[in-house]
Amino acid sequence: MRLNVNGNTHEVDVEEDMPLLWVLRDELGITGPKYGCGIAQCGACTVHVDGMAVRSCQLAVGDVDGEITTIEGLGTPDALHAVQAAWVEHQVAQCGYCQSGQIMAAAAFLDLNDDPSDEEIDRAMSANLCRCGTYPRIREAVKTAAANLRSA
Amino acid sequence: MGRVAKIARRTFLVGAVAIAGGVAFGYYMYRRPARNPLLDNLAEDEVALTEYVRIDGDGITLITPRTDLGQGAYSIQAALIAEELDVELDQVKVDPGPPSPAYYNTALSEEGAPFRSTDEGFMAESVRGVMDALMKFMGMQVTGGSTSVPDGYQKLRVAGAVARETLKQAASQKSGVPVEQLKTARGAVQLPDGSELTYVELAPIAAGIDPVTRVALREPAEWRLIGKPMQRLDILAKSTGTTDYGIDFQIDGMVHATVKINPHQGSELNGFDASAAESMRGVKGIYPIKGGVGVVADNTWRAMQAANAITFDWAPAKYPEQMDGHWEALANSFNEEQIESRDRDDGDVEIGVAEGNLIEAEYRVPYVAHAPLEPITAIVKLEDDRADVWTATQMPRFVQNNVAKMTGLETENVHVHVLMAGGSFGHRLEDEVVKQAVEIAGNMKGTPVKLTYSREEDMIHDFPRQIAMGRGRGRARDGKVDTFDLGIAMPSVISSQMGRQDFSLPGPDSQIVAGAWEQPFAIPNYRVTGYRAPELAPVSSWRSVGASSNAFFHDCFLDELIHAAGADPLEERIRLCWHDNSRKVLEAVGEMSDWGSDLGENRGRGVAFCMSFGVSTAEVVEVTNTEDGIKIDKVYVAAEVGRVVDPINFDNLVKGGVVWGLGHAMNCEITYSEGKAEQTNFHDFEGMRLYQCPEIEVRGLENGDKIRGIGEPPVPPAAPALANAIFATTGQRIREMPFNKHIDFV
Repeated sequence: MRLNVNGNTHEVDVEEDMPLLWVLRDELGITGPKYGCGIAQCGACTVHVDGMAVRSCQLAVGDVDGEITTIEGLGTPDALHAVQAAWVEHQVAQCGYCQSGQIMAAAAFLDLNDDPSDEEIDRAMSANLCRCGTYPRIREAVKTAAANLRSA
Repeated sequence: MGRVAKIARRTFLVGAVAIAGGVAFGYYMYRRPARNPLLDNLAEDEVALTEYVRIDGDGITLITPRTDLGQGAYSIQAALIAEELDVELDQVKVDPGPPSPAYYNTALSEEGAPFRSTDEGFMAESVRGVMDALMKFMGMQVTGGSTSVPDGYQKLRVAGAVARETLKQAASQKSGVPVEQLKTARGAVQLPDGSELTYVELAPIAAGIDPVTRVALREPAEWRLIGKPMQRLDILAKSTGTTDYGIDFQIDGMVHATVKINPHQGSELNGFDASAAESMRGVKGIYPIKGGVGVVADNTWRAMQAANAITFDWAPAKYPEQMDGHWEALANSFNEEQIESRDRDDGDVEIGVAEGNLIEAEYRVPYVAHAPLEPITAIVKLEDDRADVWTATQMPRFVQNNVAKMTGLETENVHVHVLMAGGSFGHRLEDEVVKQAVEIAGNMKGTPVKLTYSREEDMIHDFPRQIAMGRGRGRARDGKVDTFDLGIAMPSVISSQMGRQDFSLPGPDSQIVAGAWEQPFAIPNYRVTGYRAPELAPVSSWRSVGASSNAFFHDCFLDELIHAAGADPLEERIRLCWHDNSRKVLEAVGEMSDWGSDLGENRGRGVAFCMSFGVSTAEVVEVTNTEDGIKIDKVYVAAEVGRVVDPINFDNLVKGGVVWGLGHAMNCEITYSEGKAEQTNFHDFEGMRLYQCPEIEVRGLENGDKIRGIGEPPVPPAAPALANAIFATTGQRIREMPFNKHIDFV
């Protein structure tokens, strides 16, 4: 089975029904996407498939049809994506475990709507759970990222 | 060879300084600093100036022994050292260091001692001193109790200063310039001619000279880092998915394991049938372990799939199978024989309640899981002469000792590598996962085994927060609260937790009444009694521990009496409060929230106060009663911590604590049916979602003499402030968590 992840092509020999999350983490060693619940309740595993945010814990690898982007492919410490830069600026993270998924959700959302209302932000970001309670900072960071994307 | 001897003598540096400075006089044998563990593994070119500073050819490493669970402990600890060492945070590496008695936590014992945080009297201080020595003896290198800052505030700055002054001595020796003419900045000693000697080049000389024994800590006005906004050291990695958490860590040749443990917590495995699982793809082995089975595969998902294909015969629960039995055990605990403590007994409540107009109320708080988003994990590699453990733990010394006991190895041959934690909230004060990984790894010596819990296994075996019941009796008279008698029944969480470490609790469990008995109110007839319920389901410390339930009982019942008195909720609390710094936080939230102003139709506000972990915290919650249920609009928080070390981290932790307190009060509980936790994942244990999150305004007060940690204190007042706000808005008193059993939320 062939997968395109962050611009690289990988051959994997796995069951069709293995969730993409575990192929990324255990077969390819790409650990930015996190295991939090395994049932699409927390969003820590969020990655992009052709730019759309998906829950990789619920997506069977056999059903993947498109280019996969993980947090590692969104931006790097030396070349931050606008959403990541906003996350650093607002110092959103506490434990940080959910933040890969939060950032991937925000990046896909802002790609479709770079001038969201507060209500739209609340709606778009509420499927991602943060046990540390960084929600106030997530809201602010999404707004900053949106402003920066608009002016870019 | 002379170098080693001299470095060894330097292990006494910090203690000597503390004694010279008059900080630690009157202490006896256990006050002698434990051996500096950094000296054991020094490479040829490395120097360990104190147990907190290591310098080698590559640079400077600061040792930050309190685990970073998301609370920013690494950054804060590094900043405290760097403040005096004169290094910038972008010049250093941080390392949690090895498990060692040198890193004991002296602040933790304060909360265990039966004295109010407001009581600075002789007895309180001397008993804390005894506890402190006991802690050190036990070598408790524990992260918990909101103690990382209070514990490190003095000793980490002293460590930085000692290292700096020793490096200056070295520079003086090398340059011939008197020490008085030397300055330090950015990891270097500056000479009067403008040239610099870096700490790295000075370290070998520093290792060969006599230690500096007298240092003076800088005045706050001179601080470069403390009190100013900092950028967390981990923020870039955590924003780019490049942090290696326990679950991410990889070792060459590692295999993946998961477990199925008896859902009746603590009971045995009678038998199992793994025939369907054995032949599944990637499965390498299935092993019975204590209370369950470990499955090893070449991939985590395959291990979990195979584990799900095993059928089990579990021994029944040792605690009541249904919740009725748990509540009945609590209800039956309110009797003389089960009194654990009655340290608050002012006036005479019996006379007060006998005179009529009695108000009575019963409150309930359920079990709740910690459920950090990263499930618990451990990697264990066993060899004949050593064991290595990689795990995100709050108590590396216990892990080390337990692995030594299990393997028969000497403790020094058990190497515990502390990894980053994806949250904890007290969950990583348990080490079952390590013990299970050791059992599994015993079947394949030399192979690193990574054990990852599924979310379901983690939640079912969470060791949740204690279940608790509060019963209040009281009276208002002449528009004032006159009599307040609160009884609290719960099992001993500390006994349950310490029991799993083969320790027994010396004396009463102060957590049974924590957050209630020590509140700074002057009520004429005022009593708080703790009743120790029998052990039920095993429980563990959950963010703010006893205060997480008791502040709800204490403050909500106080609110009921204030209402009966016809007094204003905030004004009456302020009137009753005898402790200046606590009164100031109440006044602060009053000012912040414009208390008394009209909020409009279907809106209302409530206030709550709790002193926990030495921090007086007041919160005002504003809600709207909408057609879809209660919407939490805004929360104001004021907390007295003596000194805010990093205002950004402080703000983030306080807001997180409020979200934690409100979210669990709204909709979370663990219930047992047939002895098994009914909630298994975030679909039925939801917490707060972003759209429910109120705007939160935070103020840190710095009037107190003692510095305090902020990880836990924002939690206890959140639930009662919400309940009081709902009452003010709807007239409905909610006396049981989760509140959504009684009222809907948006």
